[in-house]
Amino acid sequence: MGDKAMDKADRIALFQQWFSDTIPHNKALGLKVVDARRGFAVMELPWRDEFVGNPETGVLAGGPLTAMLDGCCGMAVATMLKNPEPFATLDLRIDYVRPAEPGKPVIAEAECYRITRSVAFTRAVAHHGDAKDPIAAAAGTFMLGTKGQAMRPAMADKK
Amino acid sequence: MSNLLERLAEARKVGDVSRLGDAIPYARWMQIAPENGTGELLTRMRYHDELIGNTFLPAIHGGTLGAMLEMAAIFHLLWETDTGTVPKIVNITVDYLRSARPMDVIACAKVTKQGRRMVNVFAEAWQDDRSKPVATANAHFLVKSDADAPPSL
Repeated sequence: MGDKAMDKADRIALFQQWFSDTIPHNKALGLKVVDARRGFAVMELPWRDEFVGNPETGVLAGGPLTAMLDGCCGMAVATMLKNPEPFATLDLRIDYVRPAEPGKPVIAEAECYRITRSVAFTRAVAHHGDAKDPIAAAAGTFMLGTKGQAMRPAMADKK
Repeated sequence: MSNLLERLAEARKVGDVSRLGDAIPYARWMQIAPENGTGELLTRMRYHDELIGNTFLPAIHGGTLGAMLEMAAIFHLLWETDTGTVPKIVNITVDYLRSARPMDVIACAKVTKQGRRMVNVFAEAWQDDRSKPVATANAHFLVKSDADAPPSL
């Protein structure tokens, strides 16, 4: 019953449901899951006028990017869990490399590159379609086995 | 002169910082606004259900805490310093200390170091007990206006 049996569209639909549709703030942002596989998560944030942080320039506020990158890094962690368990963001650093272009959707790509019993380490970039020309870069760590209830599917079964 | 800076000048004239929140679309959407009724500049994120990130606990989404700490830093720079520009965020590091429950979040900010072009700001967010912060952040902002900045900026 691992993800080998699950094709890409099913995986995306599953994570869309668990990471966007059932998380009220992600849903409010309109986050779309674009890809999900072991250790990787890709999301899209559609443009909305409400996300503007500087009304003179029309540039996106940092907030929607922060929330998106937090969510995307968290989803990358979830793809690594053998058994679903609750986890929480420990810290998140974001470098705003250049302003986002008004009117354009933003893509975030996150990678969970190391996971231990207690902590998962992630990094991510946000861009307009070319990951080599980022808008923002992020590094996040997550504490595993926190209180609460696991709300994520286990999809990682490394043979 | 920018709309936001005009709004700032008006708010200063009447001593009411809360007018600044309305000038930023994202702050309005998130219901994040500064207040100075007690004499201290604070930023409040009013609770609404769309802030939730974990429906089981329930807890407020970590991204929204980072967002409101950033807004708290920006309102602080606009109100308490005299930069004459809208500060541009360079980076932010958020530490999550406790899960935030479904209620208002309040934050204060202070300038750790003010340079000519760069400012380092610390911000702290709490809910009902100020001695139990839910998140803290450190952020850098560019504050020099474009006209004076070197071409590389």
